[in-house]
Amino acid sequence: MANAGTRNRPLSPHLQIWRWGPHMFVSIMHRVTGNGAAVAGLGMLLWFLGALASGPKAYETFSWAMTTPVGYIVMVGVSWSVITHMMSGIRHFFLDVGAGFELKTNRTWSILSPVLGVVFTAAFWALLLLR
Amino acid sequence: MGNGTSIGRVRGLGSAKSGSHHWLVQRFTAIGNLFLLLWLAVSLVLLQDYSYATVAEWLSKPVPAVAMILLVVSTFWHARLGMQVVVEDYVHEDGSKFACLVALNFAAFAGAAFGVFCVVRLALGAH
Repeated sequence: MANAGTRNRPLSPHLQIWRWGPHMFVSIMHRVTGNGAAVAGLGMLLWFLGALASGPKAYETFSWAMTTPVGYIVMVGVSWSVITHMMSGIRHFFLDVGAGFELKTNRTWSILSPVLGVVFTAAFWALLLLR
Repeated sequence: MGNGTSIGRVRGLGSAKSGSHHWLVQRFTAIGNLFLLLWLAVSLVLLQDYSYATVAEWLSKPVPAVAMILLVVSTFWHARLGMQVVVEDYVHEDGSKFACLVALNFAAFAGAAFGVFCVVRLALGAH
């Protein structure tokens, strides 16, 4: 009886069966950017806090690493990951309460959230560099 | 077939076996992350410069220090929950899944503990 509901349960078709749409892209990107932010972003945060707690010399090493070309690529990449994840996360809050599932609305926000991610990342860096 | 309610027939299935509490905490921490990361972004934009003296003085103050501690806890908790779901979805063998989740928990708790300790050390006078 415990297995009564488990036999012959329908499987949902996998990715390649569906016609591609922006909602699939934004869903995959939510995982990619979330994991990117978790690994690279939290790693960077810990290095920053560890360097601050260890003193000026350690902080100097951190500052040097972050202002090399690779460091800038990592910083821009992490900020883009975090902001893009934040935008699709906000989209998820609306989906959680049952809003925005209409085909057109869903499509619109699936396209807009990664675009807003890039726009806000650019705005953040503009504010940082122009202040 | 035909026994029990529809919720009773699906309860305990799926790759994670359970999940509404996990799902809710993922949202609670997401809201925390949203506010705390906005605070961090605004603070970074408003800082005079990024020299050790300026940044250390800023992060030693009570409100920034507490906000940073909350940010560390909230982001690590959220990351742990999110990566747990990825492991459950893609690591199918029971032993490997268990090992991955152990490693993930160690990394999340160790990372958060290190971050919180660093802020406390800085705020209580390391610089």
